[in-house]
Amino acid sequence: MPRKILTVDDSRTMRDMVSYTLRGAGFEVLEAEDGVKALGVLANTRVDLIITDINMPNMDGVTLVKRVRAGGSHASTPILILTTESGDDRKASGKAAGATGWIVKPFAPEKLLSVVNKVCPA
Amino acid sequence: MSTPSFGSDELAQFRRTFFEECTELLADLEERLGALVAYSSDIEGLNAIFRAVHSVKAGAGAFGYTVLVGFAHRFEALLDRLRDGKAELDERTLTALVAAADVFSALVDLARQGETPADDFGADVAEELSALLDGETRLAAAPSAATCVPTQAASEDRTYRIVFRPNAELFRHANEPLYLIRELKTLGSLAIDCDLARLPPFEAFSPEDSYLGWTMTLRSSSSPADIAEVFEFVDDECELVIEDIATAPTEPEVTAPPPLQEVAKAEATDAPSEGKPSEIKTSDTKTTGKTGSISSIRVDLYRVDRLVNMVGELVIAQAMLAQQFIESRKQDDPGALQGFEHLAGLTRELQECVMAIRMQPVKSVFSRMPRLVRDVGHKTGKDVRLEMSGEQTEVDKTVIEELADPLTHMIRNAVDHGIEDAATRLAAGKPAGGVIRLSAQHAGSNILIHVEDDGAGLDRDRLLAKAIDKGIVPASAKLSAEEIDELIFSPGFSTAAAVTDVSGRGVGMDVVRRNVQALGGRVQVMSTPGKGTRFTLVIPLTLAVLDGMVVAVGWEKYILPLTSIVESFRPGRGQIRVVPGGGEVVSIRGEFVRLIHLARVFGVSEAVADPCQGLVVLIELANGSKLGVVVDELIGQQQVVIKSLQDNYDPVPGISGATILGNGRVALIVDIEELTRLYDRSVRIAEATRLPVAANA
Repeated sequence: MPRKILTVDDSRTMRDMVSYTLRGAGFEVLEAEDGVKALGVLANTRVDLIITDINMPNMDGVTLVKRVRAGGSHASTPILILTTESGDDRKASGKAAGATGWIVKPFAPEKLLSVVNKVCPA
Repeated sequence: MSTPSFGSDELAQFRRTFFEECTELLADLEERLGALVAYSSDIEGLNAIFRAVHSVKAGAGAFGYTVLVGFAHRFEALLDRLRDGKAELDERTLTALVAAADVFSALVDLARQGETPADDFGADVAEELSALLDGETRLAAAPSAATCVPTQAASEDRTYRIVFRPNAELFRHANEPLYLIRELKTLGSLAIDCDLARLPPFEAFSPEDSYLGWTMTLRSSSSPADIAEVFEFVDDECELVIEDIATAPTEPEVTAPPPLQEVAKAEATDAPSEGKPSEIKTSDTKTTGKTGSISSIRVDLYRVDRLVNMVGELVIAQAMLAQQFIESRKQDDPGALQGFEHLAGLTRELQECVMAIRMQPVKSVFSRMPRLVRDVGHKTGKDVRLEMSGEQTEVDKTVIEELADPLTHMIRNAVDHGIEDAATRLAAGKPAGGVIRLSAQHAGSNILIHVEDDGAGLDRDRLLAKAIDKGIVPASAKLSAEEIDELIFSPGFSTAAAVTDVSGRGVGMDVVRRNVQALGGRVQVMSTPGKGTRFTLVIPLTLAVLDGMVVAVGWEKYILPLTSIVESFRPGRGQIRVVPGGGEVVSIRGEFVRLIHLARVFGVSEAVADPCQGLVVLIELANGSKLGVVVDELIGQQQVVIKSLQDNYDPVPGISGATILGNGRVALIVDIEELTRLYDRSVRIAEATRLPVAANA
């Protein structure tokens, strides 16, 4: 069974790019457009990795990470945050919230796959 | 390296998605900015604007639109400071945001068209943004789109000793040493030695802690930085030593940034966000959906239009079937009749559902107006407040798009010409600041939009003088107040005493009227001297269907909009009066109502000429007045699919469109509002032509 990845981003362009790349590498990909919807998906589906944007309406990525880590079925699921800035403060706040790692946008597909491979090999 | 190496097809698809998304994001940005202008500070609005800019920036980066990214970066930085409360949303900043939104939007358009903006494009705005940011140095350079760490071209094999001892908490963030070691293995040949020294006695063992450590020897051509990158996610959660033992055994270790400092910083930046109510606002109520993932889908408008058309054809086909059904006397068969009624019901429901897909709140257009009022107010030096209501009123998407121009025009006019300057207002005993009210509401199958100002009202003397001067009406014309007001809709009529750069010259209300008429709607004006002017747009909710009454006039069939019909009756002889000038009225319940013979208006011969032989359909017009339309007979009520005549013909006075009846014949849909105008004109022409005839005789 292929590994399942949830990609959370309010930008459809980004979700499309992430999904396309991951599906091409044999992952099954679910999509959600903000943190609230992501939690909805997680409540019903077991995923192996969560990739989330930070700036989103309704619930931002950092809050999502905190909520996921706070307990429940995905408390120990790897979470990657997508950030535009290579700014360290973003990574740090994501990391402090409990994120496993990060991907800097814009990303080359190979880079995305190599990062994913680091926390959730296909 | 700035553009990801997706295939060109995928990239083109992503780019399409990106620009579609940009359109939505920019519309949202515009709307939020409008709200910000109208209601000033609003943290949610700022957040949303920030996100829109941020999202566009992220996508733009992916496609290598560097100018756009650079501008977005400054725009975003200012927004970020505003939402963090580090900058104040004053007049100057607001103006800069509005200007920045324009440049931003223009840059997106350029990117969409595949054009590279000129170097100094929007430079003044960018400078203003920078100035507002106090020329923060870190903003001087936008982040480079290229993010891949350059790989050192090292061909020779090196030998590294790597000590990796994770902290006990490593698993908390779901990092997995196994994967890291596997990744390391892809870099070269790896010898691994596991260190079990920290493994506790079984009783003290915690399954969530990490106890193992590894010392590894890697032979690889990779640089120390490449190796450090393998551990980038864990370098603050472990003890990590990377030594190049073969080439330079004494070289200092390449270690990750000091973990302590990193963690401290992380906590420091994390803490304030915790206290921000807007950021931790979580709406749990929304997670109730079964999967929580899909609540809407995006559909190409073309597909929806096709669907609307197909359903339209289905309705016509069903009407034709109904006709045949009746003619073949199948209605005696109860089973068939029942089935047929069911089909009719389903068809109607299907049609309503399809129409609903195209419905959207007028908010998307209304939201552009606060900004407009502000801009024009600034330019004209007037203090004008915009009050809006009914933004959630839904109307067909096409109608919304076509509403933008007329509304912009009317609002601009209202500020520029309608509202007086402060001094004049004060002298007239009004508050110095003017108010413009913009409202929308449903009325039957129409949407009513009012644009109302509390200005001076139309100056009828000047209007009339100008109309005479321009030869629009003869100097001898005696016009009622309403007719004078109507003159502003005449082509090439400029109402401003002085033409300003705000409202421009001439392209005025006649264009508005034409636009609105193209939508099958109409625009009316009501003005009270000294109190203000009110424009009312009446526009059908949808351009696709109409509930109509099919009437026969001679050999022709016409459709009257059902919503305007009050009743129909055959008048008795005593109810008809002929008024001087040749007009007829019918008396109904003590009220005299003008009669219009459809046959005369449209020149149909062999129609019933005597109202007492035919039927009078009593119609109520938008302004509340009534009209009796004389027809031969009523055929029946039917929902008709409107086919535009304007696609193939010029607008036909008195006709708003055509439709295909059940028997396959074309019937024209009567524009009842125009009918009065046509009638008035025909009366006037009749009078005018009678006079010379009389003189000749």
